[in-house]
Amino acid sequence: MKEQLNNSPEIIEGSPNMLEINELSIQFGGLRAVDGLNMTIKKHQLYGLIGPNGAGKTTVFNMLTGVYKPTSGYIILDGENITGKSPVEINKIGIARTFQNIRLFKGMSVLDNVKVGMQNSSKYTTIEGILRLPRYFKEEKQMTEKAIELLKVFELDGEKDALSQNLPYGKQRKLEIARALATNPKLLLLDEPAAGMNPNETAELMETIRFVRDEFDMTILLIEHDMKLVSGICEELTVLNFGQELAHGETSAVLNDPKVITAYLGE
Amino acid sequence: MSFVSYLVNGISLGSIYALIALGYTMVYGIAKMLNFAHGDIIMVGGYAAFITMATTWCPLWLAMVITVAVCTVLGVVIEKVAYRPLRSAPPLAVLITAIGVSYLLQNIALLTQTANPKTFTSIAAGAPPFMQVFDGKGVVFFRENPYKADGIKPVLTISMETFLAIVVSVAIMVLLTLFINKTKAGKAMRACSEDRGAAELMGINVNGTISLTFAIGSALAAVAAVLMCSAYPQITPYTGSMPGIKAFVAAVFGGIGSIPGAMIGGVLLGVIELLSKAYISSQLSDAVVFFVLIIVLVVRPTGIMGKKINEKV
Repeated sequence: MKEQLNNSPEIIEGSPNMLEINELSIQFGGLRAVDGLNMTIKKHQLYGLIGPNGAGKTTVFNMLTGVYKPTSGYIILDGENITGKSPVEINKIGIARTFQNIRLFKGMSVLDNVKVGMQNSSKYTTIEGILRLPRYFKEEKQMTEKAIELLKVFELDGEKDALSQNLPYGKQRKLEIARALATNPKLLLLDEPAAGMNPNETAELMETIRFVRDEFDMTILLIEHDMKLVSGICEELTVLNFGQELAHGETSAVLNDPKVITAYLGE
Repeated sequence: MSFVSYLVNGISLGSIYALIALGYTMVYGIAKMLNFAHGDIIMVGGYAAFITMATTWCPLWLAMVITVAVCTVLGVVIEKVAYRPLRSAPPLAVLITAIGVSYLLQNIALLTQTANPKTFTSIAAGAPPFMQVFDGKGVVFFRENPYKADGIKPVLTISMETFLAIVVSVAIMVLLTLFINKTKAGKAMRACSEDRGAAELMGINVNGTISLTFAIGSALAAVAAVLMCSAYPQITPYTGSMPGIKAFVAAVFGGIGSIPGAMIGGVLLGVIELLSKAYISSQLSDAVVFFVLIIVLVVRPTGIMGKKINEKV
């Protein structure tokens, strides 16, 4: 696989793009789940990835985060080639995600869920943690303060000691975003953030996503089926169908494209 | 008074089981595998302590440090060599590998140490009993029998080994609980045990966390080895297997994957074993222990502190 990736460029300095995906493909046996995908997301952009069920959207997320290794093509994050790197490395470089079916650490408190995301920002060693040396207390305290600050942004600080599984659905979604932000990403991936939400909750979620983008100066790529959310907040879209790009461009133009309407509704 | 004596000895033995059970339960919780070689790490720890303590140059504390180090390294190496390559293999393959590692360790011990039992010198050898109770004369701590000359025998004696096993185990359990709940490595362990994939995507080094789990579990096994061999001073290559199985029972009993469960399960198991030895039959005590396990699993399949059922075994 290494050889196929050799044609990819090294670091590109000062690019206005947060993410560049070039001819990205992945093959599972005889199935080409994603085929030659190109996508460019600018810094600070809210970008949507849409398409019918089974189009390969989540597979794209899994390649971006390193869970799947692409068969060919490359991924550049903020000028750095991350193709084929492990999920942990990619998370450190700056991609964090939420999940379609919420995957919080259910048995852990709200605060601890966020602190798990901060693992890599603290430097004390396991030995220092066991022996409870001063640096352990200092850094744990800093982490707790930072985590509470983050929870405040999402109005979750009142429930910081509750088990995350006991939060109502909407708040669990918010906590997942908070946990992802705690890893200090450059690019945030949201996988169907509005799944299972009623129209009021969706409206609130749109506010939250916009707020996160502005408050944290974040670049956001989201997968969504809820067209109200997509047309409401996404600036640009890529439409996937059977693993290939069907259309891309400005949101309103894409949503009115006859090809896209056909793919969603049939002939 | 004899009941109290049985009870204290049961708690002491149970504390040792709890230390071993913690290794089983932590590894199960985080790596989702049953490490059946865990019992044999105790055996290796026993031999390591025996050999180091038999040398003249090595003081007791250093012998303990070496024993813990040997077991810790052994646990981490076993995980790296035998289990890590099977990380995505079916659970049964990993289980069989663990049994294989168990036999490997036993046979290495047979080859190098022979099958002849070695007599272990207690770490508390020469020390007075922790406590003696005399009829009508009160209680004596940390002293030899002061009434020996008068021919008076204590009605209750708690040996130093019994006392040490309880104190050391309780201290370790407190430390471990703090570690799991209050440090970032502990949080990483809990996160991995809940959802390994999500933990990885949050930047947690899953392989490192699993290594750490094996290191801690094996270090606890080393401590258990020293305590156990001090109380029951004989080592053979098979020393580890029965305590290993009983500690596994204790872990299941308490709810495998649950750390407080392993502690409670271990202590309960020790007490049940000792009381049934005393009041039912010393030959049937193991049978009683396993019978109680069956009852618990029928009534409460996930164990005393067990979590949800939909976890693979």
